[in-house]
Amino acid sequence: METVIKVENLIKRFGNFTAVDNISFEVKKGEIFGFLGANGAGKTTVMRMLCGLSKPSSGKAIVAGFDVDKDAEEIKKRIGYMSQKFSLYEDLKVWENIKLFAGIYGVKKTDIKAKTDELLRELGFESERETYVKALPLGWKQKLAFSVAIFHEPKVVFLDEPTGGVDPATRRTFWELIYKAAEKGITCFVTTHYMDEAEYCDRVSIMVDGRIDALDTPKRLKEIYSAKNMDEVFQHLAKKAERQAD
Amino acid sequence: MFRYLLEKEFKLIFRNKIFVAIIFVFPIMALILMPFAANFEIKHTRVTVIDNDHSSYSSQLINRISSNKYFQLSSISTNYSSAKDEIEKNDADVILTIDKDFEKNFINGKPTLPIISANAVNGMKGSIGAAYLMNCINEFLSDKKPSIAPIQSTYQLKVAENYLYNKTLNYKLFMVPALMVMLLTIICGFLPALNIVGEKENGTIEQINVTPISRFYFILSKLIPYWIIGTFVISIGFLVAWVLYGITPSGNILVCYLFSFVFILTVSGLGLILSNYAHTYHQAMFMMFFFLIILILMSGLFTPIRSMPEWTQWIAKVSPLRYYIEAMRAVYIKGSGVSNLIPQLTYLTSFAIIFNLIAVWSYRKKN
Repeated sequence: METVIKVENLIKRFGNFTAVDNISFEVKKGEIFGFLGANGAGKTTVMRMLCGLSKPSSGKAIVAGFDVDKDAEEIKKRIGYMSQKFSLYEDLKVWENIKLFAGIYGVKKTDIKAKTDELLRELGFESERETYVKALPLGWKQKLAFSVAIFHEPKVVFLDEPTGGVDPATRRTFWELIYKAAEKGITCFVTTHYMDEAEYCDRVSIMVDGRIDALDTPKRLKEIYSAKNMDEVFQHLAKKAERQAD
Repeated sequence: MFRYLLEKEFKLIFRNKIFVAIIFVFPIMALILMPFAANFEIKHTRVTVIDNDHSSYSSQLINRISSNKYFQLSSISTNYSSAKDEIEKNDADVILTIDKDFEKNFINGKPTLPIISANAVNGMKGSIGAAYLMNCINEFLSDKKPSIAPIQSTYQLKVAENYLYNKTLNYKLFMVPALMVMLLTIICGFLPALNIVGEKENGTIEQINVTPISRFYFILSKLIPYWIIGTFVISIGFLVAWVLYGITPSGNILVCYLFSFVFILTVSGLGLILSNYAHTYHQAMFMMFFFLIILILMSGLFTPIRSMPEWTQWIAKVSPLRYYIEAMRAVYIKGSGVSNLIPQLTYLTSFAIIFNLIAVWSYRKKN
């Protein structure tokens, strides 16, 4: 299997504070990789480095075949990103947001049109084509944001707590979208605080105080920590944290 | 790729109702109201008179003053302290004291001076008001008895008045072109600054930063809409000045447009730089106010730069507004062409280039 993300001894310091403390891992193509950790454990910092939004202090990270330190702009062409905070343009209509981001990623004009129709049909959003994004319910916005993030068929999509504040039913349908993307070969790198979602992942890593303390399939992790579910695994590891969550 | 970005900017600007209102209403209101407020003529100076003479001359003088459009006779006071009360209550600006033997001394050829005391809280208003009143009294006295030399001085030179360019000393002709500069500064300086900060507050800039859009195109997509809006706004300005005040450039209007194009780029660039450093609307607004107030005061809009101390004149040298105002006034009033305004054009172009380079440089996709 092709390796899409390769991280070696990655460190990020802010002044005296080491937010990310020497982590290494690999993610394969088409994998759904759960990136867990308590608030302040360093998840978002890692994700920002992998997206080329933040410079590593030391260590190496290769995403979609490019070095985050040297070729951040090349990486950006090949990834999708959905942030914690909703970040489509609220004053643009649904189709206008799709068109804008597709256009930015260089999708051909004729393709944009055809794929937009297809996407809206799959999401059951056909009637919302002309709706301003600000008028959509949160769950719908998140689904739309995810669909926009993978519209240009990136190699990896980074999802930073994509289901925060979303109801359980919508979270389920959201995860169906993630599975579909993974089937198409898009690697999904997901952070979440919902442990039921962690069970849906192919592999899970758990960050504690800037380090990765556990990394394996949910099944194996439960065996190792002789836990009933991922929640127990997480509690067991997070207990050791010395860093105050912010 | 860039086309999509530009399309988005235009849509977002024109969907913001307040922006649209500002673009249309602001230039018209500013040009209707501001020339009347930014008026340096001193009119309606309120005079209180202490008439100790009660003669026919003194009452003629009082009539003369009260019929003059520059003065308003606020009251006749009986003594100095009641007149001073008037000033303290802000019912009068100037006290005119007429001496007891005003008429008698005048006829005898030894005129006594009426005394003028002016409220100098607003120094300019006080001194100009007093000087006007002095002129008015002098005129009265020389009408009465032309042989008597004016009081002010024993001899007076008659100055041949010949005002160049602005023959009628119409202050509107001086102010209106400069007010258009203010307009562009506010619309093309403030709005782009708020624009990028708005994207920061909404979090959309994060989404843009993970795309392969280059800094240059991102900044350009912010500049172009304001460039077009600014051109539109200045055109409204030219039109309103013509319709309302009959003021048209005595030079070529294309020269005005040329300078406007460069100037818009300059102030927008400045706005963009600030927005790159501000994290919230509030910060951006306050930074913009800070710079605008200094730049406007240093621009020669209200006061001549040459009458400032030398060290502030140096600051005025780096105010892009100054060069644009100079150019606009020159084209409007003197009819100057580009060849007369090469220094201004050079300075403005350099500012435009420098500011926008800094804007691109200081916009960080990465931290």
